Amino acid sequence: MPTPIYLDYLDRLEAEAIHILREVAGQFERPALLFSGGKDSIALTRLAEKAFRPGKFPFPLVHIDTGHNFQEIIDFRDSLAASLGENLIVRKVEDTIRTRGLHEPGGKYPSRNPLQTYTLLDVIEEFEFDACIGGARRDEEKARAKERIFSVRDDFGQWDPKRQRPELWNIYNGRIQKGENVRVFPISNWTELDVWNYIQRENIKLPDIYFAHERQCVVLPSGQLLGLSEHLNLDDTDEIVSRRVRFRTVGDSTCTAAVESDAASIDDIIQDLLLAKVSERGATRLDDNLSETGMEDRKRNGYF
Amino acid sequence: MDLLRFITCGSVDDGKSTLIGRLLYDSDSVSLDVLATLEKKRTATNSTDVDLALLTDGLKAEREQGITIDVAHKYFTTPRRKFIITDAPGHVQYTRNMVTGASNADLAIVLVDARQGVIEQTRRHTLLASLLGIQHFVLAVNKLDLVGYDEAVFERIVADYQAVAKQLKLASVVAIPLSALHGDNVVRRSKQIAWYQGPSLLEHLESVPATTDANPNEPRFQVQYVIRPQTEELPDYRGYAGRIQSGTYRAGDKVRIWPSGLETVIDTIEVNQQPVAAAVAPQGVVLRLRDDIDISRGDTIVPIAAHPAVVREFEATLCWMDERPLRAGRKLLVQHHADVVKASVTTILQKTNIETFESQGTDEAKLNDIVRVRIKTALPLVADEYRQNRVTGAFILVDDQTGATLAAGLIAATDPEYFTQEVPAETVFSI
Repeated sequence: MPTPIYLDYLDRLEAEAIHILREVAGQFERPALLFSGGKDSIALTRLAEKAFRPGKFPFPLVHIDTGHNFQEIIDFRDSLAASLGENLIVRKVEDTIRTRGLHEPGGKYPSRNPLQTYTLLDVIEEFEFDACIGGARRDEEKARAKERIFSVRDDFGQWDPKRQRPELWNIYNGRIQKGENVRVFPISNWTELDVWNYIQRENIKLPDIYFAHERQCVVLPSGQLLGLSEHLNLDDTDEIVSRRVRFRTVGDSTCTAAVESDAASIDDIIQDLLLAKVSERGATRLDDNLSETGMEDRKRNGYF
Repeated sequence: MDLLRFITCGSVDDGKSTLIGRLLYDSDSVSLDVLATLEKKRTATNSTDVDLALLTDGLKAEREQGITIDVAHKYFTTPRRKFIITDAPGHVQYTRNMVTGASNADLAIVLVDARQGVIEQTRRHTLLASLLGIQHFVLAVNKLDLVGYDEAVFERIVADYQAVAKQLKLASVVAIPLSALHGDNVVRRSKQIAWYQGPSLLEHLESVPATTDANPNEPRFQVQYVIRPQTEELPDYRGYAGRIQSGTYRAGDKVRIWPSGLETVIDTIEVNQQPVAAAVAPQGVVLRLRDDIDISRGDTIVPIAAHPAVVREFEATLCWMDERPLRAGRKLLVQHHADVVKASVTTILQKTNIETFESQGTDEAKLNDIVRVRIKTALPLVADEYRQNRVTGAFILVDDQTGATLAAGLIAATDPEYFTQEVPAETVFSI
């Protein structure tokens, strides 16, 4: 008798994600993979390789560029797309602001995060995408914990939590009417630690800003550290310090805080995480703290 | 490390969300900032203890009404195991969410309020969980603090539940006395409940067997996507990508393609572009076959020794999930994983009363009804009975116009010899 094949929890999560990606390829005519340059979407590209190689991905990578990204992320995005040999579509929030006549956010830390929704809806319309794959995870936030893996959105990209389709077994129903589209979350059931363990196991390359480095930061009233960038409107009262930091998530540089850390390798980060006392979003996202239901409100309005 | 998926079910005020909150809290799975939010809430509402239920009730309406509306997922890991919790709503009108949650679970925690004992909801949830093929049940007798940690109360409830378990032929039931509010026997064993010698809830969850993969003896594989690079280097490459639904596949296996019935041989099995000798459920693989035959998404590839039923008529148990009732003659779609076929529900045979477990004749299925139906499909379906195979025995019904998911379906009989007789609506009988 050959030894039975043992699948551990990461193998099972990987198998689930590959199955979901192939369902997208099988069920939709014009899917897209929303690629932020963050670790979750980078992990998604590895899963897509496992699902579709030696063929090409049956979808382009789409990046909604807020214009407030760290340059390292943009460089990494371009080199990853090139090394994968896959099509990358970039649409800029500043173009949306111009064409739609939107109000450019003000304040000291002007975040274009809420405006991404408009650019996303525009790119969906431009390419008639019927499914958008994203790297969101249910453990990130409590409204996300309630979302389906195949999440149907209306014409305006809106999510209605009370009208979600029941999602049974591993059967994913992506049938939609004209104007609707589906957001698909293949790593819904992964935690932050699972993603890091997978990155380690698969030896996945990440942008440098995930690892400890010296950076000029602004100290926020909350004590959080914001990487210094030309997009911040600082004044004399702001305290600028140099700290050894890393980022746990990468988003708009004006609303994604850094954490102080000496973790310079994936192993270090996993150790850090095991000891972590503050959750990923709580540590780094300024926009979720605005109200207790910040994420739910934004999702209802079409946010990812 | 293993993965265990479990569902928590119980009535509205049994303290389900508090129990999950307690599991997360006592296993150090709640982060400081989340705790700070709870603490802020506690101060604002002038309560003495933090409300652990707030860890799971995520939607605005849920916090306003203090109830759980939709299925929520929570994750935690102990040194022994990774857990995925599905927290399903307790209200009658959310039976469909309960069914949804149970469809992916290996174990069900059935929560009972020690002051109430086994009630209709307990019976209903146990029936639904057992219908969906869950093997392991935990009877969690909660709020024991409110009955003075009385052993007699616990024993009486266990005896009542054993009657339910016997009726439904549950294989494995473990009863645990606890108080989610105070943390007795949730993660740590309770000092208050000295008369109980068994494991705490978490100890039990860490040790119960985790695998409920479909029957390893019956290999099933369905094509999800055909990989054809058509590049200069790989002009003729053709790989059938899909998930092994059950059993084991080996390179060199003689296989038959269903529903066409054509035979060929598996040349190679690829996982991440590397050839492997064998692969098992639920791995995602690419099969490359010896012969160039017409195979498309939704087709099933099985070793020739296996004999799946390939039918155009079968009987199924449905949990009806749509506001609009189902009547005989309704045209819709059967989505059997990657295979989608036009179908008609030709007969509604009987309805199960989920409180009494009795069945009776009926001619319609309303929202949340459990009914036995006969379905005809436009094309043949590779069908297994759900009690034999929890993956390939499952399907959903889809509205061909709106795309809405109408029902969860469990294949009950594929052989006309075992089809159910139609009975008049007034006939009532026990299962």
